[in-house]
Amino acid sequence: MDLANVDRIVDKYQGSAAALLPILQDIQAQENWLPREALARVAEKLQVPLTRVYGMATFFRAFSLKPRGKHICTVCMGTACHVRGAPKLVEKIERDMKIKAGETTPDLEFTLETVNCVGACALGPLVILDGTYHGNITSAKLDKVLKGIGRSK
Amino acid sequence: MRARLTSPQALEKLRAELTARRDPKKPALSVCAGTGCVAYGALKLADAVREEVRKRGLEDRLEVRINGCHGFCERGPLVLCHPHGFFYQRVQPSDVGEILEQSTLGGKPIERLQYVDPVTGARAVRQEDVGFYKHQMRVLLEYNGWIDPTSIEDYIAVGGYAALAKALSTMKPEEVLDAIYRSGLRGRGGGGFPAGVKWKECRHAPAPDGVRYIIANGDEGDPGAFMDRSLMEGNPHLVIEGMILGAYAIAHPGHPVGYIYVRNEYPLAVERLGLALQTARELGLLGEQILGTDFSFDIQINRGGGAFVCGESTALMASIEGFVGEPRAKHIHTAVQGLYNKPTNLNNVETWANVPLILARGVDWFTSIGTGDVSRDPWGGSKGTKIFALVGKVNNTGLVEVPMGKTLREIIFDIGGGIRDGKQFKAVQTGGPSGGCLPASHLDMPVDFDRLTEAGSMMGSGGMIVMDDSTCMVDVARYFLHFLADESCGKCVTCREGLKHLCRIVDRICAGQGREGDLELLDEISLTVEKASLCALGQTAPNPLRSTMRYFQDEYVAHIRDRKCPAKVCKALITFGINDKCTGCMVCARNCPTGAITGERKKLHVIDQQKCIKCGVCQEVCKFDAVDVA
Amino acid sequence: MSEQHPFGAPVTFQVEGRPYEAHYGDGLLETLRKYGYEVPSLCHHEAVSPYGACRLCLVEVVDKRGRRKITTSCNFPVQPGIDVRLDTPDVVRHRRVVLELLLAMAPRSPELQALAAEHGVTTGRLEPDETAEDCILCGLCERVCREVVGANAIAMSARGTAKKMTTPYDAENPACIACGACVYVCPTKCIGLEEADGQRTIVRWGRTLPLAVCEQTGRAFTPRFLLEHYAQELGGLDEKVFRKAPPYR
Repeated sequence: MDLANVDRIVDKYQGSAAALLPILQDIQAQENWLPREALARVAEKLQVPLTRVYGMATFFRAFSLKPRGKHICTVCMGTACHVRGAPKLVEKIERDMKIKAGETTPDLEFTLETVNCVGACALGPLVILDGTYHGNITSAKLDKVLKGIGRSK
Repeated sequence: MRARLTSPQALEKLRAELTARRDPKKPALSVCAGTGCVAYGALKLADAVREEVRKRGLEDRLEVRINGCHGFCERGPLVLCHPHGFFYQRVQPSDVGEILEQSTLGGKPIERLQYVDPVTGARAVRQEDVGFYKHQMRVLLEYNGWIDPTSIEDYIAVGGYAALAKALSTMKPEEVLDAIYRSGLRGRGGGGFPAGVKWKECRHAPAPDGVRYIIANGDEGDPGAFMDRSLMEGNPHLVIEGMILGAYAIAHPGHPVGYIYVRNEYPLAVERLGLALQTARELGLLGEQILGTDFSFDIQINRGGGAFVCGESTALMASIEGFVGEPRAKHIHTAVQGLYNKPTNLNNVETWANVPLILARGVDWFTSIGTGDVSRDPWGGSKGTKIFALVGKVNNTGLVEVPMGKTLREIIFDIGGGIRDGKQFKAVQTGGPSGGCLPASHLDMPVDFDRLTEAGSMMGSGGMIVMDDSTCMVDVARYFLHFLADESCGKCVTCREGLKHLCRIVDRICAGQGREGDLELLDEISLTVEKASLCALGQTAPNPLRSTMRYFQDEYVAHIRDRKCPAKVCKALITFGINDKCTGCMVCARNCPTGAITGERKKLHVIDQQKCIKCGVCQEVCKFDAVDVA
Repeated sequence: MSEQHPFGAPVTFQVEGRPYEAHYGDGLLETLRKYGYEVPSLCHHEAVSPYGACRLCLVEVVDKRGRRKITTSCNFPVQPGIDVRLDTPDVVRHRRVVLELLLAMAPRSPELQALAAEHGVTTGRLEPDETAEDCILCGLCERVCREVVGANAIAMSARGTAKKMTTPYDAENPACIACGACVYVCPTKCIGLEEADGQRTIVRWGRTLPLAVCEQTGRAFTPRFLLEHYAQELGGLDEKVFRKAPPYR
């Protein structure tokens, strides 16, 4: 990866260590994950210990320390979605894609994540695929949506 | 680029110009584009509206208004047809032509798009006729169905920033603070702490360099709650104006600095707030010398990183400082020593949204709504309205705004339309993971801060999840325990380890391996988690467990003693079977992920219990109701 | 807080009804211990800031208005007019549960077993973690490494039940100077220090460094890295000073 990108991002926040969270968010938005070299560079440029940067990267769920797939599928696990069967949906995707929640398929095409409520509770259960919200989703609808990105069973 | 307003009078002049330009008789279509309706295709619908308007050459005769959340998420996409006020639900792009022809131009409502009351069969012509809306008191959400949240002019035209102009030109900061104190406004984020008390403490805290921080907590992590999201997306200026007023009241003269902390999962809110801040700055309503006075204040947006615990004020501040969201004990209030150890006033987004309305309409107006008496003590009542996110097994799910003191029954049945699919009410969960479940015996309880807390729950941020008899209350407790264990920052032993063991025990119970003494052990551990944890996450974590144990003990006993799940939810305690309604169509067998169903065409199918993983797909796909769960 | 007392101002307060003096904002735990009261704790050390993780130092505080609350004393600032109660039935009860929770984390730790026994907890009713490594996440090692030594080599990562005290990526961290301060301060002695073949290893962090050998005695006495670190920190000292172990300088 090009560390100049990391430098640009740190400079955007005037090298302020208080901006550690947005800095990591911007890097992840760019690289789709947080590579080790990026964290080391951030620590170096901000003059903070690597332990602090690593701590931030592992504390917040938004971040992934492993490369993520081209397609990110997020299943909402909020209470309303839970009572409408969200766990079953997660199990189904885990079965079909042969990965567990939080993991990425070996071909780096597809990542399954869960999130604790996106605030669209009337539409539960809900799946967000590549930024598009799919509400009131059933197993059948889910198959269609996944087929749309070339991932059928 | 907008012209900067250099005085409160200039703002009023602009407002007069905007309202003069507006023709109340001019037709308009308001399309809801809150996150919920967007998931239903509202953006495509908005495109279709614009396209049809263009095709018919109606651009000059009709306004197309794209709004934030209208609130009735169950029936989205929603469209309001002005000036008649026709209310349309479940609108598709293919309906747009007809709406324009028949309603906008023809002045007639379209029956098939109207809301029909499922019980009475009555048709609703206008929004006020819809049961869901009729019983609400929409004060904070009043303009969500009209204003374009990307337009500051819309906000000004409906009276926006008038409270700020009034405060800056006719009131001293202490007078603004006093008004909020006397209003009895209490925190809408969960704590219910009187805002005025906090504001006073912050104003009087020593600040040698004059810096005080003003923060809006938009972390809204409670699953099932989306009130703040809808305010931030649908009327961002209401929140911003509230914060500017707060900065004036708390930190002027001085150097107030503002932050809005928005959780990571709300990208649209971040976008709308960002745009709103920008336009407010352009007009001189934010930044240096606001409206030409000596009062300066600006706000920046910080995004969360995916951590529920960052809704806790000290954890939120830690993450703004660039540290992990670990709370600290609040023996010294954050109002005295908060962000960067300076006096900090943090309030929830909905709390801030109340401020401009209190100042514009008056303290007496606010105290006339709600319960109790705050004339001597702001803790003496629950004043104003509260927005609730009513979701779950009700017919009408969505955002509901009611005066404090409305009963659960009124909210769930009059507004919510009762339990869906003709089932029975079982419980309502209020307050998210910090709250508890209340049974039918509490339906006539007026909803306010103190009553809910006495009953073993709490108002929390406003999530209200309705459950019917197909919900297992032990499973609900298990869900919340796992959620909290996952979100715990992990610092203190009681919360981290306590929740871990509570999860293990309840998992065992749901797996049919409950033991004698489990309930006592759950009781003992959870009490210590409540009393000895460092922050409010841990201190309230036992509420869902303890309230379900209090009100639904029979279900726990059934799980432990009888190895049964009465609601037929807990997988280990249920079996799926096929009854004689089976026509042998083989759909279930084809869909079964483990190949557990055998059977030939037109012959009764059988589920192999060894292979069955209780996923429920067979029941979902069977058209003949032939799958039973026992 | 209707009265504003500046931090550091002298105040009087009570313990079990007896009057004492302190300064506004003093740590309650240290103040109690100064006056000879015994309050258990595991995650507290005078050399570093209070943390509030172990929850053992619970006391009951009654404020001027008669409101009582149970709180940890390590991070509670002494305020005028409070009355502190130790070992009330509630405090004892919660402390016992806390000890059970701790025992489940570190079932093999003799220090923890002894402390638990002292407070009437001998067997935990809770299932210990199978992979329990006796770390109770008290954070003392990290605070010492950060606040006293300044090496910042270890920190907590992740959160909730996944929370772990470790180095970045669980890999050997060059920032660690193998000073052994963390080993010294750990209440369950779960970090481990080994010396062999002229090298010192801090076991838990997987950090091995060569030891400097004393010119006089020929014996290894401290990691070379540590001496270099001191030479840098302290500056202006002749490097010859560091060629011998302290008694022989």
